[in-house]
Amino acid sequence: MTEIPTPASPFAYAPAPESTSVVDLRTSYGLFVDGAFVDGRGESFTTLNPATEQPLAEVAAADAADVDAAVKAARRAQERVWGRMPGRERAKYLFRIARIIQERSRELAVLETLDNGKPIKESRDVDVPMVAAWFFYYAGWADKLEHAGYGTTPVGVAGQVIPWNFPLMMLAWKVAPALACGNTVVLKPAETTPLTALLFAEICQQADLPAGVVNVLTGAGETGRLVVGHDDVDKVAFTGSTEVGRQIARAVAGTRKKVTLELGGKAANIVFDDAAIDQAVEGTVNGIFFNQGHVCCAGSRLLVQESIAEEVLDRLRARMSTLRVGDPLDKNTDVGAINSREQLDRITELAAVGEEEGAGRWAPDCALPSTGYWFRPTIFTGVTQAHRIAREEVFGPVLSVLTFRTPAEAVEKANNTPYGLSAGVWTEKGSRILWMAERLRAGVVWANTFNKFDPTSPFGGYQESGYGREGGRHGLAAYLQEENR
Amino acid sequence: MSRDRTRRDADRIDVRKTYKLYVGGAFPRSESARSYEVTDARGGFLANASLASRKDGRDAVVAARKAFGSWSTRTPYNRGQVVYRIAEVLESRRDQLEREVREATGVNAGGARAEVDQAVDRLVWYAGWADKLAQVVGNANPVAGPYFNLSSPEPTGVVAVMAPASPLLGLVSVVAPVITTGNTCVVVASQPHPLPAITLAEVMATADLPGGVVNVLTGHQGEIAPWLASHLDVDGLDLTGVDDADLARDLEVAAADNLKRVRRPGPEDLAADPRLDRMTRFVETKTVWHPVGT
Repeated sequence: MTEIPTPASPFAYAPAPESTSVVDLRTSYGLFVDGAFVDGRGESFTTLNPATEQPLAEVAAADAADVDAAVKAARRAQERVWGRMPGRERAKYLFRIARIIQERSRELAVLETLDNGKPIKESRDVDVPMVAAWFFYYAGWADKLEHAGYGTTPVGVAGQVIPWNFPLMMLAWKVAPALACGNTVVLKPAETTPLTALLFAEICQQADLPAGVVNVLTGAGETGRLVVGHDDVDKVAFTGSTEVGRQIARAVAGTRKKVTLELGGKAANIVFDDAAIDQAVEGTVNGIFFNQGHVCCAGSRLLVQESIAEEVLDRLRARMSTLRVGDPLDKNTDVGAINSREQLDRITELAAVGEEEGAGRWAPDCALPSTGYWFRPTIFTGVTQAHRIAREEVFGPVLSVLTFRTPAEAVEKANNTPYGLSAGVWTEKGSRILWMAERLRAGVVWANTFNKFDPTSPFGGYQESGYGREGGRHGLAAYLQEENR
Repeated sequence: MSRDRTRRDADRIDVRKTYKLYVGGAFPRSESARSYEVTDARGGFLANASLASRKDGRDAVVAARKAFGSWSTRTPYNRGQVVYRIAEVLESRRDQLEREVREATGVNAGGARAEVDQAVDRLVWYAGWADKLAQVVGNANPVAGPYFNLSSPEPTGVVAVMAPASPLLGLVSVVAPVITTGNTCVVVASQPHPLPAITLAEVMATADLPGGVVNVLTGHQGEIAPWLASHLDVDGLDLTGVDDADLARDLEVAAADNLKRVRRPGPEDLAADPRLDRMTRFVETKTVWHPVGT
């Protein structure tokens, strides 16, 4: 639990924990195949609450036979039911799912926070509402595909592998457009965050979604490889690390499988001297500390114009000192738990490298809980473009601060990365915003804002941040056959 | 050029043409100083073409990267004019290209004429797309909040293109869509029929196309393609002209090193009207957000 900094102060926060009674955790969970929960044939594993390191549940792991059964179920459902169903009927199932997500929103939010470690404030106010919105948005497309410009023929069976940073939101980004276009799915949630996907499977049952349309296979990387590699999968969608993305791109080479990859990032958040500084600082904090920095589009490099660097850093440190790090279930928590021991080790190691390479490390002096996985919001100053913390994705609450003098230098530094997922620009000058936006090689450019998402807005990267877009009309392209474009 | 077609007078020795590469707007020989024999449809000698090497491939990528900045930021209207100008110059040199197509493939005069017609028309078609694609594949997005939100297509970057065997129409069909959208490219011409590709390069060089936007290599596809597929400064790979399935797979595997956008080979009727897919394969969607407020 977070220490209350000054107990005597009338402005101190009292603990405000969200109740977990809304969640009915089972001791063990099976796979969801062909409309029913079944035992997995692989070796089951435990999923932990990263804030307490306590086990939450035992979860089944899918082996090759399970994957095969799920793909077969998905194929059957696609050919016999879902692919033949008129779009307006598919739409109604998706609307139904969206409504149930709203009805069970608190349960989903609490379970997400328990399994992932993200603050309840975020799962409640960002993740789950976005998930419902995603299903609503794509529900409406199901009977309007002929107007979208990508034809109306579904691809078939989609194998989808999603990460642990936004477990339910990534599920929605993948499942909603796939189903709207008439595909069926075999979804593999991340090993450390399987629970909300399994609750989503229950929601599919409540919605009377036909059996086999959605199949959820839990497991580790090997299960994901089996899903991606299955011969009868027509479409692979993956969100995760660039390294695994490369492996998938190699695995599908020479096949007929369509692929979309949403991979890593090392986004620059660029602050010009005429920016509204407080807003820019708030955007910077949101850009890197939102979701503990476990965000592929996180603004992990702050590029600040040299003339205002000291002022921005002062205000940034002051703002970071007010961040509340601790119990994710506390409604006042800003920064929750790191999702896993493995990820904490990676962040710890890269931060140590930052120090060894000569960058100046600073973090607010906040108390951390004694159990669980935690990392203080941290900034590095004096970072050069050659430093590993300026080049590699840390995927944690670690910000590298660099400076620039001219807009051209800002563009050059921002683009000096093999990634290209997102970028931020802060300036009050409209023409400069557009000039920068034209030159930044990134799939999403946030000007005077950051980390905004919407189901109508396409999201995805340039270069090694992957290919394909999720969201918006563009998000349909991945799930429709290309013959009519 | 060869043989008696260009000879009017039996006493005059004709001046044969040396076919070289097209890199960065210039026509260099292969740095390897190698060449290979190009024959006509009946096996007769036509000319020696440059046999490009790995190093030529890398030089071509450097030239394409150098050209990308200014080509990609020209106005679409201007790019459309340049592509249209290629069509104009091609039309003016149609006699030469008809002859080269006929010699290369053995089609009759009517067939060669039809191929040149289609190549010219295709360039005109793509030229018109330069300032329209963004309106067709872009989007204003109605987000649920006070934000302006716009998605637009942008060129992917440097694209390596394996041209199909159809020596002129095939080449135009794969190059025009890539450059119309603002990419630059390195093209590996059809190995058996490279001569029309070099003549097309001469057309482009005199059609206001900036040097480096299109670079043409002639030689062995299997020798050059792997270096382009694994090159970290190449952003896209069009495998249209790769007939060997194993090679296509290997190239796609190599392309994964930096997540190149890959267009796989597949059955395609080049004579049919094109669709948007050759343009949309090598564009990226960029979405820009800005708050709305007073």
